Amino acid sequence: MALPQAKLDATDARLATLSLPAGGWAETARQDALSRVKAQGLPGRRDEYWKYTRPDGLTAPAPTSAAIFDESEPPVFDEVDRLKLVFVDGVFDAAASDDLALEHVRLERLADTSSADIHWARDYYGTLEASGQTPVARPLAALNTAFATDGLLIHVTGKAPKPISLIYHHQDPQSDVMLHHVIRMDEGAELTLLENGPAAARFNMVLEVEVADGAAFNHVRAQGRDHERQAATHIFARLGRESRFKSFTMTANGVMTRNECVIELTGDDASAHVAGACMGDGDFVHDDTVFITHDAVNCESRQVFKKVLRNGATGVFQGKILVKAGAQKTDGYQISQSLLLDGDSQFLAKPELEIYADDVACSHGSTSGAIDEDALFYLRARGVPHGIATDLLTLAFLAEAVEEIEDAALAEEIVTRMEAWLARRRG
Amino acid sequence: MLEIKNLHVKLEEEDKQILKGVDLTVEAGKVHAIMGPNGSGKSTLSYVLSGRDGYEVTEGSATLEGEDLLELEPEERASLGLFLAFQYPVEIPGVGNMTFLRTAVNAQRKARGQDEMSASDFLKEIRAKAKELQIDADMLKRPVNVGFSGGEKKRNEILQMAMLEPKMCILDETDSGLDVDAMKLVAEGVNALRSEGRGFLVITHYQRLLDHIKPDVVHIMSNGRIVKSGGPELALEVEQNGYADILAEAV
Ligand SMILES: Nc1ncnc2c1ncn2[C@@H]1O[C@H](COP(=O)(O)OP(=O)(O)OP(=O)(O)O)[C@@H](O)[C@H]1O
Ligand SMILES: [Mg+2]
Repeated sequence: MALPQAKLDATDARLATLSLPAGGWAETARQDALSRVKAQGLPGRRDEYWKYTRPDGLTAPAPTSAAIFDESEPPVFDEVDRLKLVFVDGVFDAAASDDLALEHVRLERLADTSSADIHWARDYYGTLEASGQTPVARPLAALNTAFATDGLLIHVTGKAPKPISLIYHHQDPQSDVMLHHVIRMDEGAELTLLENGPAAARFNMVLEVEVADGAAFNHVRAQGRDHERQAATHIFARLGRESRFKSFTMTANGVMTRNECVIELTGDDASAHVAGACMGDGDFVHDDTVFITHDAVNCESRQVFKKVLRNGATGVFQGKILVKAGAQKTDGYQISQSLLLDGDSQFLAKPELEIYADDVACSHGSTSGAIDEDALFYLRARGVPHGIATDLLTLAFLAEAVEEIEDAALAEEIVTRMEAWLARRRG
Repeated sequence: MLEIKNLHVKLEEEDKQILKGVDLTVEAGKVHAIMGPNGSGKSTLSYVLSGRDGYEVTEGSATLEGEDLLELEPEERASLGLFLAFQYPVEIPGVGNMTFLRTAVNAQRKARGQDEMSASDFLKEIRAKAKELQIDADMLKRPVNVGFSGGEKKRNEILQMAMLEPKMCILDETDSGLDVDAMKLVAEGVNALRSEGRGFLVITHYQRLLDHIKPDVVHIMSNGRIVKSGGPELALEVEQNGYADILAEAV
């Protein structure tokens, strides 16, 4: 079907600003991805999948500039022993980073390897992204595969001794960045990946994770800070037998964040957890879009999303559990909740279940509510001031999502940021 | 200590008068009890004193050691030394009992210009007090009142009272839902706090609690007013004959 003219024009206008990196092992993948973008067109306001979130800023030819947040607060994960890898406005900063060396892990820059003709990542780069395009198109991810200039290729062969931490600095108020990471987890391998930082005025990130049988992938991300920044991120994961996947994202601030997570459980007895906690103020827009496909027996998936919204902030959740025929004994859970701290904020949720197997247990729920006045009074009657009591109840609301972080120290880091964010806004 | 004069209260949302001129003075060191039929306004009085939303004071006053309570936020009243043990303690999922109490203790200390209590001192104290009330350590770690039995909730109220050491304690039916042994524990907890500088207002339906916590004065509340006051013998009379005679006599 031909694309509407407006969509064609918008797509052409964006593509005109970009040039395809030429040559090397990724060339075919990039060209295929570009064909996908052209066939799909970039997201537009009329698209069903973008019904609640306006994609305009994410697809415009140039980004809107974003002021740099003052760095007075120490960055998250500072206390964690980790391999630090720094990107500044989307360019890997070797001087600011640790060496690309970690036991049981092979680490390379996408930009460094691109001239070679042969590379292990050739079988992976753009592959999960491409398969994640059905049944729903994700053109921003295809755009990323085509044009991303940097990122990391991570091959994990055993248990990584410490987390790999990607730190995204934003220095140029106009920066427009696409990063593409590929992670291949061998059988039984284990890795924790951390991400933090605003990255750019406009940030398009794709993370493809292949999790082989019995492997475990943990992901904790703190997005945010520079309020005017826009971000569209995609995580594509494929899970083998008895593998485990866990991803948690905290978002504070940001006029536009769209986080998509596309997971396919392809081996029996696998487990996937995706969680998010976001806190937004004013013109904050945050969209979590999750698509989990069960295509194996006795797998578990869990989606836990919590949003705290104030002063007219907007939260969106689109979450789907698709259980294919034969995916018996599926255990699927999905909850999305918002805490509206005033009457101007809004939460738009579209939870979906699509089930083609008969022996499954799936549940989903979505709620929107204000602070519990009885609980608030109870706390105040014990002497806890209004602001602190509200913060305690807000953190309590977020707790179910934070509990999805396995590592206690990482969870503590996240909670500390949440407390600080709330305290800065305490009335 | 607590002085309530001609207090008239209506619901904010409705044109419904609930308290119709309550006069009551609780002196320091004394225990006053309030009894009265269901719906007579006992809990409303305790809520209005502690500052809950939804009520409008149309007439009268309430002061604690001379300070106008009605002008203050709930947390300010608490810091002044007012404590209400709730008839229905609230469950707060996600907020740990320990975190809650420590935040409360330190917020009150801060409001009074005192130093915060250290984590270790707090722990020591709460453990000792919980033990006296036979509240096990596990319960302290759980979220506030979540999954607590009725009796456990009431004991938790008394634990909070013991930790906060208020000057004026209002107990709203703390005995309801307690088994005989738990009632004794609670009464012992209250009696341990009885002192010259502290006043108590004990709302109850049953003489039984007053066997353990001996009141100095007993009031009968009916239809938004204190209709009769007397000594401990008044509670016995209620226990034996109900309210009919007393109310008839008051009219
Ligand atoms: N928020 C409210 N909305 C409507 N009616 C109310 C409200 N609060 C109190 N009332 C009414 O006010 C009256 C007094 O209630 P209150 O709870 O103070 O009684 P009580 O003496 O504590 O009763 P009990 O012995 O049953 O605990 C009742 O008729 C009650 O229904
Ligand atoms: Mg009552």
